[in-house]
Amino acid sequence: METIKLQEIFDAKIEKGDTIEPKDWMPENYRKTLIRQISQHAHSEIVGMLPEGNWITRAPSLRRKMVLLAKVQDEGGHGLYLYSAAETMGISRDEMIDQLHSGKAKYSSIFNYPTLSWADIGAIGWLVDGAAIMNQVMLQRTSYGPYARAMVRICKEESFHQRQGYEIMTVLAKGTPEQKELAQDALNRFWWPSLMMLGPTDKESPNTEQSVKWKIKRETNDEVRQKFVDRTVPQADILGLKIPDKDLKWNEAKNGYDFGEANWEEFFNVVKGNGPCNKERLSARVKAHENGAWVREAAAAYAARESKRGNNGN
Amino acid sequence: MTKENQGILWEVFVQTKPGLPHKHCGSVHAPDKEMAIQNARDVYTRRSEGTSIWVVPAEAITASSPEDMGSFFEPANDKVYRHPTFYHVPEGVKYL
Ligand SMILES: [Fe+2]
Ligand SMILES: [Fe+2]
Repeated sequence: METIKLQEIFDAKIEKGDTIEPKDWMPENYRKTLIRQISQHAHSEIVGMLPEGNWITRAPSLRRKMVLLAKVQDEGGHGLYLYSAAETMGISRDEMIDQLHSGKAKYSSIFNYPTLSWADIGAIGWLVDGAAIMNQVMLQRTSYGPYARAMVRICKEESFHQRQGYEIMTVLAKGTPEQKELAQDALNRFWWPSLMMLGPTDKESPNTEQSVKWKIKRETNDEVRQKFVDRTVPQADILGLKIPDKDLKWNEAKNGYDFGEANWEEFFNVVKGNGPCNKERLSARVKAHENGAWVREAAAAYAARESKRGNNGN
Repeated sequence: MTKENQGILWEVFVQTKPGLPHKHCGSVHAPDKEMAIQNARDVYTRRSEGTSIWVVPAEAITASSPEDMGSFFEPANDKVYRHPTFYHVPEGVKYL
């Protein structure tokens, strides 16, 4: 079929709200945009295991430790669903991992901030997973089928992530003055990075328009950010914690909060690789991958030997 | 990129309850079938979502091609008599 006809079929599907599936024809740029977005999303899940992993051995109780382990394991699973979805577009798993390790592929800016106290684990579950959920709920209706289906699974699992974080914050906020101070300090440090992880303002993200046209994104960064603020502020109020934004104010007319401008210079700096933990995160990933090489080699050798023996390893 | 050291790609099908069909839910990499099924368990049934798992080498799956979708499924289009609603039945008749 000629390209013009194929393009028409593709456009009609998008218009109608049908999903695009792996074997369907799609514009080269649609494919490229999605490979970039899905692989970066996958990398974020995987790198995102590191800041929380930092506290697994120091969780304050067995219950908290169990929960944190399960959460971090979920994030690993999310990474795998997403790598699978990206692979259906014709990029190999190895290539994606190489792109992450060489610094060519990005991951969410938020994971380049350190987790200094136990309260940070609460703030991450509440705010970082909370912000990610806003984005992921929208992506359940993204136009690429495998990506949308991965999001449905992920969203089901995310709700416990946010609740366990909020629970940690609740205990600290209602605890001793020192504990409350820890909780407030974590909120102070994670608030702005959480707003920024939803991406640059609409003015600064030239690709958003095309992504919205292709129904990859159903809402713009600023729209998702507004929703996140509107939902989160009342949750902070219940904790008795203060959002670190002097411009934060209820706006009756728009039925939402007005809020201040994030430090976008800091955001772009972190994205460029100059955040507090960029180097540490990447080197931890590379080291884990290299240290696991012998396991992959041994498993491959075993499978090869078994299939030679006729045990039909595959 | 020629190297591929993640093992073979397997498509994963999970049955969520006894009696229900297995449904595709994603894929995993693994060097052999035993590891494939263990990986599939860890990745896709962490909340007891399954009573049975199938893993199939992705290579072994043959699929209809989306470009021919229209003509491929066309033979069924004019056979409305394959549906019960095609038939007229007098009012009041039960259990039919
Ligand atoms: Fe996640
Ligand atoms: Fe999460």
